[in-house]
Amino acid sequence: MALVLDEEQRMLKDAAREFLTANAPVAQLRALRDERDPLGYRPETWRAMVELGWSGVLVPEAQGGLDFGHVGMGQISEEAGRTLTASPLFATAVLGVSALVLAGTGAQRAALLPAIVAGELTLALAFDEGPRHDPNVVATRLRKSGSGWVLDGAKAFVPDGHSADCLLVSARIADSAQLALVLVERAAPGVTVERVVMADQRNSANVRFAGVAVASDAVLGGGEDAGAALSRLADIGNAHLAAELLGLAQEVFQRTVDYLNTRKQFGVLIGSYQGLQHRAAHLYSEIELLKSLVLKTLQALDAGSDEVPVLASLAKAKAGEVATLATNEAVQMHGGVGMTDELDIGFFMKRARVAEQLYGDHRYHLQRYASLCGY
Amino acid sequence: MSDLEQFRRETRAWLETNCPQSQREPVVEFEDRCWGGTKWKFTSDDQKRWLEVMAARGWTAPDWPAEYGGGGLNKEETKILREEMQRIGARVPLFSMGLSMIGPALLKYGSEALKRQHIPNIVKGKIWWCQGYSEPNYGSDLAGLQTRAEDRGDHFLVNGQKVWTSYADRADWMFCLVRTDPAAPKHAGISLVLFDMNTPGVTVKPIRLISGKSPFCETFLDNVRVEKDQLVGELNRGWELATYLLTHEREMIGSIGQSNVDARLYPAAIAELGLVHGQLADSALRTDIARWEMDHRAFELTAERITDEATAGHGVGAASSMLKYAGTEINKRRHELLVAIQGQRGLVWEGDAYDHGITATQWLRTKGNSIEGGTSEIQLNIIAKRILGLGRE
Ligand SMILES: Cc1cc2nc3c(=O)[nH]c(=O)nc-3n(C[C@H](O)[C@H](O)[C@H](O)COP(=O)(O)OP(=O)(O)OC[C@H]3O[C@@H](n4cnc5c(N)ncnc54)[C@H](O)[C@@H]3O)c2cc1C
Repeated sequence: MALVLDEEQRMLKDAAREFLTANAPVAQLRALRDERDPLGYRPETWRAMVELGWSGVLVPEAQGGLDFGHVGMGQISEEAGRTLTASPLFATAVLGVSALVLAGTGAQRAALLPAIVAGELTLALAFDEGPRHDPNVVATRLRKSGSGWVLDGAKAFVPDGHSADCLLVSARIADSAQLALVLVERAAPGVTVERVVMADQRNSANVRFAGVAVASDAVLGGGEDAGAALSRLADIGNAHLAAELLGLAQEVFQRTVDYLNTRKQFGVLIGSYQGLQHRAAHLYSEIELLKSLVLKTLQALDAGSDEVPVLASLAKAKAGEVATLATNEAVQMHGGVGMTDELDIGFFMKRARVAEQLYGDHRYHLQRYASLCGY
Repeated sequence: MSDLEQFRRETRAWLETNCPQSQREPVVEFEDRCWGGTKWKFTSDDQKRWLEVMAARGWTAPDWPAEYGGGGLNKEETKILREEMQRIGARVPLFSMGLSMIGPALLKYGSEALKRQHIPNIVKGKIWWCQGYSEPNYGSDLAGLQTRAEDRGDHFLVNGQKVWTSYADRADWMFCLVRTDPAAPKHAGISLVLFDMNTPGVTVKPIRLISGKSPFCETFLDNVRVEKDQLVGELNRGWELATYLLTHEREMIGSIGQSNVDARLYPAAIAELGLVHGQLADSALRTDIARWEMDHRAFELTAERITDEATAGHGVGAASSMLKYAGTEINKRRHELLVAIQGQRGLVWEGDAYDHGITATQWLRTKGNSIEGGTSEIQLNIIAKRILGLGRE
């Protein structure tokens, strides 16, 4: 498949850029932070996204979605990376929808997906249990009790964990090696949610489950092993985080280049100094390399290719490295003003690091890639 | 079935029948790649046959016009041919500066007579071309070149010196940048001319490299007579051609990391170091290899993406500088790692037991990748100025 966007994908990307820059620029995130907004995003922005159909980009047509695929959704993720827009897009429209599509029964999909499309339901994937991504550590337990189940355990750094209506929780089925993915209302008895304010000011929460009753129809897939689905979910999450980081890197780089073309020292534009030109040109080619990996990964997801795990790790690893470089160089090349809160540059740096840590930084993904290749 | 699918099927079948098994082996030695020309010694009958059957279809230059002997394929067909060749690991049948540099320039700027004279021979690999650009005092600052071509009515008289002329000692013809108007500003007095290396007054002296090989030469031009009809394009407009040609050169050098074999490093590393609990024993090397493979994959995809974008009609100019810079730096890292994987053995210089030092000589040769065709620093200058628009008051 050609490594270019088709006409519809390009239109979606343009529309996303237009909407986000007009309605949810970095200033919005800054305001949410300054106001210590309890929700962490603007409901009217989310509502407008829903009206644009973004909540249903990954939802099959049968459940009222656009079924537009990961390449399409990835363009929105990328554009939202440029504007650092906080919204339920990632947790609900990417991860929540994908979890239901991958692991849900027909009945579960029919019940929940239309509600997501309509903007009536938001979700959060409660997956990791510690500060560093490790899919092998799942101490949260699900045990049989009467006709249903009981959930005990704790999850850490759950994106949208304190704001979503329901949580999708990964757990090990007691006395087995099997994993399950269960749907729990955030307000259900036994669930304690503690918001964690992260450097990037985006939503995150630690969540505890103490004897939480789970009805049998709230177990995705009716109790079939969810291990493969969880691993694919992490790949999907990483592909979209890589797309977001690509958008973020491009935007912060563009702002840096603009600054190099306006700021003067010693009577000349600082962009005329080769010491800065070469670093900027190097960063440019790094971003070009990243673009190709991201697009290939999104295409692989849509094609259901065997290469998804390998590509998702390569894309996320490269995205983490490139976004780190782009934001570090941005601050340095802005000089003193780059250190100020007044300039947006710092917001990009903080988001870059949080997005990189989520579901594995470049170190994790380089190691995972090597393991997947057998070395 | 669409025409393209049909084309793919036929191409696959044709390659299967016509590509000799030996020409599907990885390229190891320089001579494994056929450069053609009157002085070329084919390493085997297979190498000769592979060149001939491909050239007969014009598939040594698949997207050149059929009327001059090219394959006449469109972009999609060219891509399919390349993919099908890669699928079976087929070697490129002919590798030359005729194909990658002077040919495209002749097609774009050459007179009809020049095209008829030279293009078919390039396609068939009959002539080995060398590039006479660099001079002792003008390398990165190429436009300052001083080799003079005086107008003598029906011919030019050329005097000067070129250096780092790759394979001048094996080449049949040179495409050469000369100064035809010394009074004009430096970019405006340059022309591109062609001449036979057997012309009286042309002397070449091989230069030994750090790799121990002598692939390039000093070329002395002493009252060399060049016929007027061998001027390419307009007089004093050679700089435009020179840069057009450099773009092609950069794409070729940048693509050096792409070969007919799986370029990944880990199989060699596993063979050499073994696995402990499923992982390479040296964890730092493991990470280095993984990071290299990440960048290599990203680079290959980027080359593909840029071709696809050009096909779809929205490419970036100056992309060749980015590909040249990234591709050569990645290739240099690859060879550093190949040495590291083999330890001391990777640094052996001589001996039957050690492949006669192929690893070490190749490693050293790659150091030139980021110098030839415009250094990495020059590519970064171009990206900064042309793409990023930096430093314009
Ligand atoms: C393997 C190999 C094959 C070659 N084959 C050919 C050939 O077939 N034909 C031919 O004509 N030439 C050939 N060359 C020559 C090649 O094009 C030149 O070596 C190259 O352009 C650099 O010129 P130079 O060697 O004079 O170095 P210089 O231009 O003197 O450069 C020295 C250093 O200064 C840096 N530098 C120079 N200017 C700038 C600047 N403005 N900004 C920042 N840094 C700068 C360079 O990047 C480099 O690091 C070949 C070279 C090699 C290594």
